[in-house]
Amino acid sequence: MSKEKPVAVVSKHSTEYGTLRTYFTGYILSIILTLGAYLLVVNRHTIERSVVLILIVAFALIQFLVQLYYFLHLGKETKPRWKLFVFGFMVSVVLILVFGSIWIMNHLNTRMTPAQVNTYLSNQGGGF
Amino acid sequence: MSDTAEAVITFVPDTDKESKAIFGFWIYIMTDCVLFASLFATYAVLRNNTFGGPDGAQIFNLPYVLAETIVLLTSSFTCGLGILSARRRHKNKVLMWFSISFFLGLTFLALELSDFRHLAAMGDSWRRSGFLSAFFTLVGTHGAHITVGLFWMATMLFRIWQVGLTKANVRRLTLLSIFWHFLDLIWIFIFTIVYLFGVMQV
Repeated sequence: MSKEKPVAVVSKHSTEYGTLRTYFTGYILSIILTLGAYLLVVNRHTIERSVVLILIVAFALIQFLVQLYYFLHLGKETKPRWKLFVFGFMVSVVLILVFGSIWIMNHLNTRMTPAQVNTYLSNQGGGF
Repeated sequence: MSDTAEAVITFVPDTDKESKAIFGFWIYIMTDCVLFASLFATYAVLRNNTFGGPDGAQIFNLPYVLAETIVLLTSSFTCGLGILSARRRHKNKVLMWFSISFFLGLTFLALELSDFRHLAAMGDSWRRSGFLSAFFTLVGTHGAHITVGLFWMATMLFRIWQVGLTKANVRRLTLLSIFWHFLDLIWIFIFTIVYLFGVMQV
């Protein structure tokens, strides 16, 4: 009986917090990525358009990961990784919401010309 | 059995309460991300509906937005340094770092509001077009979060100055820093999707 281990799960979270070095790394990397994306867009007339677009999206995603890791300490928690789990669920909801909306609305947009909308509305007794 | 139960209670450190608070707050942050996602989706759908008004490339001033971005990023960084000082219980350093964060946050808000005022004065307010409605809603919601964060930060600065770095105060500071870093995360996407894409005329 007395040899029983405590039932409460005690987690050690000391490793979850950053140090001066990690905050500094995160800050410098974020500055570089922000300035990089900015300079690409400023020089957009001299660089291939698709290259600029791909790179600024890549820089934003890398900066997102940098700040999650160095500022919010995501991925540094110990085994039952609930924060990471909830984060993964959030990302999937966000992707469905954003890309689903863009897909559906663009689809509607291409299938209905302004003239069609007008005809439809006047048939309904309304219209512009 | 009662011995074990008592042992459990004494064995659970205070950090457990803190980690629970952080996890609860983390779930709030994640749901707030979904709120922002719906505003980003609205913006993405309406971005070309300018209704004869200006588009992003005509009204966005990139150097100005870059300045806003650097100010907010630095504010997030000094807030992180403040948390490190709070862990070591250096009261004066905490007050210093969070004061710097507060004033940088205030600067960011002032820059944003002056940009909004400028746009409204030019006749390009949220009433002008679907694009501008979505723009003001998205960026304005971020600004509203910043305002809440500034009130929270001012309250914390006052409390720490008054009663010091108690366990509860350090816990609240940790939550505040998560909130502040989160607002910086959202800004990365506003900077890229609204401003950079706007100037690129995506």
